[in-house]
Amino acid sequence: MFASPKRLRELGVLGLNQRNADYIMRYNKRSRYPLVDDKLKTKDLAKKAGIAVPALYGVIETERQIRGFSKLVENYDQFVIKPAQGAGGDGIVVVTGRSGEFFRKANGQLMTLDFVTHYLSNILSGMHSLGGLPDCAMVEYMVQFDPVFNELSYQGVPDVRVIVFQGIPVAAMIRLPTRLSDGKANLHQGAIGVGIDLKTGATGLGVTQNRVQNFHPDTMNDTRGLIIPHWQQIMELSAQCADIVQLGYLGVDIVLDKHLGPLVLELNARPGLNVQLANDRGLLLNLKHVEKLKSLPVSVEDRVEYAQTHLVVA
Amino acid sequence: MKNLHVKLLALVLTAIGVGLITYKASVLGLPLKPKADTEVWTVQARLLVNGGNKGAKVELAIPDNPPSFIVLDEDFISTGWGLAVNEGKQRVADWAIRRAGKSSVLYYRVTLADDSRSTELWDKDVPAFPEKPVYPEPFGAAIRSILTDVREESADIASFTRELLQQLNSAVPNENVELLRSDTNSDQQWVRRIQNVLEGARIPSRILFGLKLGEAKNHAQLMPWLQVHNGDKWLSFDPKSGKPGLPNQFLLWKIGDDPTLRVNGVEKPTIQFSVTKSYREMISVANKRAENLGSKVMDYSLFNLPVQTQNVYRVLLTVPIGALLVVFLRNLIGVKTFGTFMPILIALAFRETELIWGVILFSTIVAIGLLFRFYLEKLRLLLVPRLTAVVTIVVLLLAVISVASAHLGLERGLSIALFPMVILAMTIERMSLVWEERGPSEAIMQGVGSLVVACIGYVVMTHSLVTHFLFVFPEALLLVLAMSLLMGRYTGYRLTELFRFKAALNHNRTDS
Repeated sequence: MFASPKRLRELGVLGLNQRNADYIMRYNKRSRYPLVDDKLKTKDLAKKAGIAVPALYGVIETERQIRGFSKLVENYDQFVIKPAQGAGGDGIVVVTGRSGEFFRKANGQLMTLDFVTHYLSNILSGMHSLGGLPDCAMVEYMVQFDPVFNELSYQGVPDVRVIVFQGIPVAAMIRLPTRLSDGKANLHQGAIGVGIDLKTGATGLGVTQNRVQNFHPDTMNDTRGLIIPHWQQIMELSAQCADIVQLGYLGVDIVLDKHLGPLVLELNARPGLNVQLANDRGLLLNLKHVEKLKSLPVSVEDRVEYAQTHLVVA
Repeated sequence: MKNLHVKLLALVLTAIGVGLITYKASVLGLPLKPKADTEVWTVQARLLVNGGNKGAKVELAIPDNPPSFIVLDEDFISTGWGLAVNEGKQRVADWAIRRAGKSSVLYYRVTLADDSRSTELWDKDVPAFPEKPVYPEPFGAAIRSILTDVREESADIASFTRELLQQLNSAVPNENVELLRSDTNSDQQWVRRIQNVLEGARIPSRILFGLKLGEAKNHAQLMPWLQVHNGDKWLSFDPKSGKPGLPNQFLLWKIGDDPTLRVNGVEKPTIQFSVTKSYREMISVANKRAENLGSKVMDYSLFNLPVQTQNVYRVLLTVPIGALLVVFLRNLIGVKTFGTFMPILIALAFRETELIWGVILFSTIVAIGLLFRFYLEKLRLLLVPRLTAVVTIVVLLLAVISVASAHLGLERGLSIALFPMVILAMTIERMSLVWEERGPSEAIMQGVGSLVVACIGYVVMTHSLVTHFLFVFPEALLLVLAMSLLMGRYTGYRLTELFRFKAALNHNRTDS
C-alpha cells in the first residue's frame, strides 16, 4: 500500500515538505517571486536578456479595455488568452481559429465574443490568480508546435519542463496533453509527464497521475526513444532563465515552435515533484550533488556541460 | 546541528509551559481533569451565652492555619457583640458586649479543605526541659519502675515515648500501670497523666486538642492528642495506642492546657461543635491556596474575567489546537482541504449543531450552493457581485432550512444560523473553480478532505478534557507553539507521498 520512507530516502525522492523548507525557502528569495508569478514581468525580463518568448499581442488591464478586445485580435485568427498571474496553467484559453462570429477553442468548442469578454473580466477580477488578487489578461502568440510531437500529443501544446538548481539543470521532462487533460499540459489534470535524458534529449517512460505508463493513452504511441529537437538550446535557455530571475530553485517551461524553435513560456518558483517520477530518479540525488560542489561552474555553457556529464545516469 | 535555533526555541517554550503547568497542578492543586470536586468541611462552634444584663466577655480559642488543611472561609456570627481576634501564640476570638441580653448565640464557623501540602504547626517554639516532679507515693515508685523498664527498651525520645505509651495502654497491664490508670476519668486526664510520667524522664511534652472531621456530625468533641519534643521538633503520638503521627483529617483546634473557653460576667456556656461536609470545585480551593501562598499566578488567570468573556476564551483557546491539527493533517498526512483554516471555522460552527447534524447541514448547503453557483456561471457575473450572490443564496438557504426544521419540530435545524456564511460562500466558490479546472473528482476529494478535518477538529476541540485543560492551563498553548515550530521544520515525507511515490519504487523494482 505504502512505500517505506527509508527506501524513498535511498532513492533520493524529494517530498513536498522538504522541497518547501530546504529548497524553495532556502534558495528562492521572496522578493524575486513577482518576477515569475507575473508572466508579463517574466516576458519582459526574458526579452531584455534576448531569450525567445511567444510574442505578446496585447494586455488587458481594465474592464474598459475589454471592449477593445475584438479590435486587439482582429488581425489574428489564432491566439492564447492567459491570466498574467495564473497558477499551474489555470485559466488559459487557446483560440485556434474563427468560425464566423465565433472563436474556436483547441478542443473544437465554439465561444461567442460575449463569452470571451466575460472570461476576460473573470481574469481581471482575479479568479485564476494566486490569492485572488486583481490580475490582467495577456493575449499572445499561439505556439505552432513542432510536428515531432504529433504522435504523442492530443490537441494542446506539449511543453518541456526543466528544473534548474543554482543555475544548473538537474532534471527535465516533457508534458504531453491528453484527451483527459482537455488539451492542457498539466499533470494534475491527466497530462502525461515523460522523462528526458539531460544529455541526449531522449524521452523515456511516462507517468500520469502517479502511475507509470509507456504509451500515450490517446495516440497509443510509445513514449520512449523520441529525441527532443534543439535539446542543447533548451538546456542553455533554462540555465539562462535562472540567471535573469535569480532564483535558486526554478522550473522553466519551454515550448517548441515549428518555425521559431524553443520559446520560454513561463517560469515557476515552486515546481512540482512529478519530474522525479517521470525520470524514475529522485531529485535529491542531483540536488545534493550540486549542493556539495565547492565552486559552481559560471558560464551557461559550463553549467549545461556539467549537468550533462555529472548529473546523468552513467 | 540542523535547525538548532528552532529546536532550542521549542525547548524553551516547552520548558516554560511544562513548568507553569506543573507548578499550577502540583503546588496550587489545579485539577487536570474537568469536574474535579474536592471535599470541603464546615466546622462550627456554637456558644449559647446566658447573660445577666451586664457587661460580658467571651474568649474562644480558635485554629490558626491548621496543618493538613486550607482555610477557605472564616465567619464570626455574633449579633450585638464586639469582636476582636487576637493572633497570639494561640489564636483567640474575643467577643465583648456592654449589656449581654438574656441569651445570645455566638458562632465561629470555618470552612476547610484537605491540603496535604501544609503540615506546619503554628507553635514551633522549642520548649525547656521540664523539672523532675516530686511524685506522691505510691505513684512515685510505680512511675520510676515503668520509666526504668521503658528506658531499657528504647534508644531515643521517639522510641521512648512509643514504648511508654504501649506499656501504659497495654491490654494486659501490670500493677504499676493499673495504678496509674486508676484515677484518670477522661481522655484529657489520661494525656495529663502521660505528660506527668514523661516529666519524670525530663521529656518536654504538650497536649493538642482537635476535631476528627471524617463524616458530618452535630456533636463533635475536641479530642486530646499528645506531642513530645525531641530537641528538634514536635512529634505526635496517639495517647491511647502510642501510634505516631496525627490522625487523618484531624483539625487542630488549640495547643496546650489553656481552656478553650474563658468567660467574664456570664455563666460559662457550653460549646457545641458540629461538622458538615460538602463539595466544592477544586479551582476555587486552588484560588484560595494561591492567595495563601502569596502566588500571583491566579490573580492573572482567566478565572478573574467576567463569565461571558471566560466562555469566549473557552472556545478561543481551542482554536490553536485545531490549527495544529490542520498542520498535522496537511504537512504530515497530506490531506487536501479548501483553504488552510476553513475546516477549523466549520468545526467551530459544529459546536452549535453537533457533529451529525453539522455534517448533514454543511453538505446540504454546499451541494445546493454549488448548483446555484453553476447556474450563476451561465449568467457571467463579475467576481465580487457573484460572491455576493452566493453569500445571499447561502443566507437564504440557512433561513429556509431553519424555518423548515422549525415546522418539522427539529430543533437542531435552527442552530444552523450560526454557520459562518461567508466561509460557506467562499467554499462554494472555490469548490466550483476546482470543479471546472481540475475536475469533479479533485473538487469532491478536497471537499471531503475539508469535512473530515472539520470533524476531527470538532471532536478534538470540544472534548471536555481539552477545553478544560486549556482553560485552566492556558500556558499549554506554549506547547502548541513549540510543536508548530517543530512541525514547521519537518522536511520528511507526507503519508500521502509514500503512496504517491510508490510508483517510483515499483517501477524501479521491475527494472532492476
